[in-house]
Amino acid sequence: MKYLLAFALTILSALPLRAEINIQEIETPAGFDVWLVEEHSIPFVALELRFKGGASLDLPGKRGATYLMTGLLEEGAGPYDARGFAEGAEAIAANFDYDTYDDSIAISAKFLTETSDQALALLRESLINPRFDDVDVDRVRQQVLTGLQGDAKDPDTIASNRFSALAYGDHPYATAYEGTIESVQALTREDLQAAHQGAMAKDRVYISAAGDITPDELARLVDALLADLPETGLPMPGHVDVAMPGGTIVVPFETPQSVALFGHEGIAIEDPDYFAAYVMNVVLGGGGFEARLMDEVREKRGLTYGVYSYLVSRDHAAIYAGRVASANDRIAEAIEVIRAEWAKMRDNGVSEDELRRAKTYLTGAYPLRFDGNNAIANILVGMQMQGFPADYVETRNDRVTAVTQDDVARVAKRLLKPEALTFVVVGQPEGLEATAN
Amino acid sequence: MLRNVLKATVILVSWACAAIAQEAEDQVTTFSLDNGMEVVVIEDHRAPVVVHMVWYKAGSADEPAGSSGVAHFLEHLLFKGTKTLEPGELSRVVAENGGSDNAFTSYDYTAYYQRIASDRLELMMRMESDRMVNLQLDEGDIATERAVIIEERNQRTENDPSALFREQNSAALYMNHRYGVPVIGWRHEMEGLNLDQALAYYKRNYAPNNAVLVVAGDVEAEDVRQLADTYYGALPANPDLTDRARPQEPRQLAERRLVFEDPRVAQPYVMRSYLAPERNAGDQKDAAALVILSEILGGGQTSVLTRKLAFDQKLAVYAGAYYDAMSLDQSNFGLIVVPAPGVTLQQAEDAMDQVVAEFMVEGVDPAQLERIKFQIHAQQIYARDNVDGLARTYGSALTSGLTIQDVQDWPDVLAAVTANDIMEAARKVFDRKSSVTGWLRQPQEAAE
Repeated sequence: MKYLLAFALTILSALPLRAEINIQEIETPAGFDVWLVEEHSIPFVALELRFKGGASLDLPGKRGATYLMTGLLEEGAGPYDARGFAEGAEAIAANFDYDTYDDSIAISAKFLTETSDQALALLRESLINPRFDDVDVDRVRQQVLTGLQGDAKDPDTIASNRFSALAYGDHPYATAYEGTIESVQALTREDLQAAHQGAMAKDRVYISAAGDITPDELARLVDALLADLPETGLPMPGHVDVAMPGGTIVVPFETPQSVALFGHEGIAIEDPDYFAAYVMNVVLGGGGFEARLMDEVREKRGLTYGVYSYLVSRDHAAIYAGRVASANDRIAEAIEVIRAEWAKMRDNGVSEDELRRAKTYLTGAYPLRFDGNNAIANILVGMQMQGFPADYVETRNDRVTAVTQDDVARVAKRLLKPEALTFVVVGQPEGLEATAN
Repeated sequence: MLRNVLKATVILVSWACAAIAQEAEDQVTTFSLDNGMEVVVIEDHRAPVVVHMVWYKAGSADEPAGSSGVAHFLEHLLFKGTKTLEPGELSRVVAENGGSDNAFTSYDYTAYYQRIASDRLELMMRMESDRMVNLQLDEGDIATERAVIIEERNQRTENDPSALFREQNSAALYMNHRYGVPVIGWRHEMEGLNLDQALAYYKRNYAPNNAVLVVAGDVEAEDVRQLADTYYGALPANPDLTDRARPQEPRQLAERRLVFEDPRVAQPYVMRSYLAPERNAGDQKDAAALVILSEILGGGQTSVLTRKLAFDQKLAVYAGAYYDAMSLDQSNFGLIVVPAPGVTLQQAEDAMDQVVAEFMVEGVDPAQLERIKFQIHAQQIYARDNVDGLARTYGSALTSGLTIQDVQDWPDVLAAVTANDIMEAARKVFDRKSSVTGWLRQPQEAAE
C-alpha cells in the first residue's frame, strides 16, 4: 500500500455536506430524538447508538470498568448465556458491535428488515439486562489483561500512554481506558453493574438510523429498545487544560524503528477559528501526499513510511498531535524536519495556492462520504453528538470556503507553539537529545 | 473483543436467494476492450461517487527470484510521474478534486484506485492509462523511495514480532512457491532493488491485456465503455505477455515445526498452517467447503475451537481458524490458539489437536451449519451497501484466476455445500505432512 490512511481524523472530517440526503428528525412517543435517512433499495437497517461520557466516567480506582462492562454486554444477557446470545444473533444474521471510547460508548447494529423485531429484542437484552456472570467476567477480563500485556510491548501504545499522561494531568484522559493490570484485576461484578447504570442512561443517548425502515416503525422499535434505561447517569468529568512541557522524551524500547508521537494543546471544535485550523492542518500534516510534512519527511528525504498530524477535539480537552516512525538512526532527522515545519507554518501561514487546494479537497470530498447506510448512520449520530443541526450538511462547505489566508495565518500563530511541541519517542533513537525521560 | 492478537479473518462471500442474486448481477456489466483489457462496471446510484480501479495480473509471486519486493516497490514508483505527469501530480490532482487515491500489492495482483466524484471519471482514466505505459523514473526516485519501503517494512514487520513470525511460517510452508516470500520483500533484497529491476517488471507486466478495469458507483455502463475505449482501448496490447506459470509446490513429505522467539512477544501463541486448495475457475466446490469449515471451527463465539477451548476447558483466551479461498495457486488453512495464563504452548497445541480430532468424529452440527448459511445469505445483502467492497471482490477474483461467472456462481456453490462435503474437505486438508506448526514466544531465559 502506498500509504496508511491517517488515523484519528476528527469528527469534522467525517461530515458530509450538501449531499443529497433527506435527514428526518423524529421524536418518538417515549421522547427520544432520532435521526433517520430512509433508503429502501436494500432490505436492511443500520442503527447507531451513542452514550456520551464513555470511559471518562470511570470512577476513581475503577479505571477500565466501562471498557470491561461494554465488552460484557453481549456475553450473557437476560435469558441468554454468552453462547446463546451469539447463536441468536447468528441465526438472524444480525451484527452488533459494542465499542468504548474516551467520550462515548458506541453501539452499532445492522439487521435485515425482515428480522427487525427479533434483532432489537436481542439487542435490548444486552443493553438493559446484561448478566455479568462470574464465568463471563473472568473470561473477558482475561482477554482485556491479554490486551494490556500486549500494549506494554507495543511501541505505539507505550508512546500514546506516555503522551496522555503528560497532556491530561489527573483527568481520566491521562490513562488508557482499558485500565491497568492492577485496576482490571480488582474490578468486581458490582463495579461493572455500577458502570452500566452510570454510563448507559436516557439523558445521554443519541440515536440514528439509515436504511429500509419508516419513521413510525423506527420510533416504535427505539421506544421498545430503550424505554427501560435509567433516566440519568453519572455526571460528566470536568474540562482539562492541556499543558505540554516541550522538548523530547525518550522511552527506551528495543526495536528497530522508533515511533514518535508529538503535539501540544489544540483548538476546540466550537472555536470560531476551528475551520481555519482544520484547513491549516490539511496543508501541514493532514490528508495525504500533498501535506508539507509528508512531502518534506517522506517524499524528499525518504525518512518514513508515513507522517501525519491531526486535531483531536475531545469533549473536555483539545490537542493538536501527530505521529511519525523512522529507523532508530534516522528519527532524529525526521523530528528536526517536523519541528522546522511547525515553526515555518506558525511564522508564514499558507500560500494562496495551498489554501485553494486544501479547500477544493475538503469541499469536494464531503459529498463522497454518504456512500451507504452504515456510513450515513454514523455521520448522523456524530453530528448529533457535536450538537450540530441537521442542516449543517448544507452549510459546512460554505464555512470551509470562507476561510482566508489571513484566517489561517492568525490561527497558525495562535495554535502552533514550537516551544510546547513535545515529542515522545519510543525506541532506541540515535543522536537525539532527550530533554527528559 | 480481543485486541492485539493475530486476527483470523475469513471473508464470507455471499450466497443468496435467487431474487437477491439477480439484483446483484443486474448491478454488474462486463465486457472486454479490443486490446484484451477486461472491464467490470458495478452500478450504485445512491451517492455521486465512483471508485476507479486498475488491477494488474501481477503480484509479488510473479517476481523473478532475487528481487523480492520489486512488485510493491514499483507500485510506489508509479506515483513518481510520466512523460506528461510531474512526480506526485496524479495524487495532487485527485486531492484537488476532492478525491482520494492509493494502491496495494499482494501475491497475485497489484491494484491502483481513486475514489472521487463520479463526474471526474474521465480525468482519472486519462491519468491512470497514462501511467500504465509512460512511466518515467530516475535514480533519485529509486534511492528515496527505496528508503521509504524499507521504513514501511520496519513499520509493518520488523517492529512486530507477530509479523516476523508469520513471515517465517509462510517461508516454511511454501518450499518452492513464491508465496513463501513476503510481499514487501526480504530486507537484504529490498536494499539492492534498482531501476533496471523495477522497469523490467513494469515492461513485462503492465499492459492492457494483463489488466482489469473495475469502475463502481454512480456511473452508466455505456458511458464507462466509451471512456474506457478512448483511454485504455488506445493502448497497445503486449504481444510478449506470457502465462503466469509459477513454480509449484512439490509433494510435501514432512511436517515442519518452528519456534520463533523475540523479547517483544507479549502473548505467546501456536499457529498451524496446512496447504489447502483454492478457488479455481469452474471448480470452487472444495474451496467453498473449506470456507464453511473455517467458520465452523474458528469463526467466532459459537465456533468449535472457541467453545471448547475458551468457554468449556478455559485453556485459551482466543482460538480461531483462517482460510483465504481467493488465490491463484495453492492456498493455506490455519488454526490459532492463544493459551490462557499457566497453559503451555504444548498444552495449547495438544488441546487444539484434540478438538480437531473430536470434530472429525462428531461431525458438523446441523444447527450451526444452518446459521452459517443464513449469515452467508445475509452477507449478500449487506455487501450491496458497500460498492467499494464489491469492486474489490471482482478485481481480486479476476486477477486470481477466476472469471465473472465464478464470482456470480460463488453464492450458489457455498449454499450447496453439505456436511459431507465439509468433512471430506477436512479429511483432505488436515494432513500434517503438508503443514507447519509454529510457536511464538519470548526467549526461554527471559520468560517467566
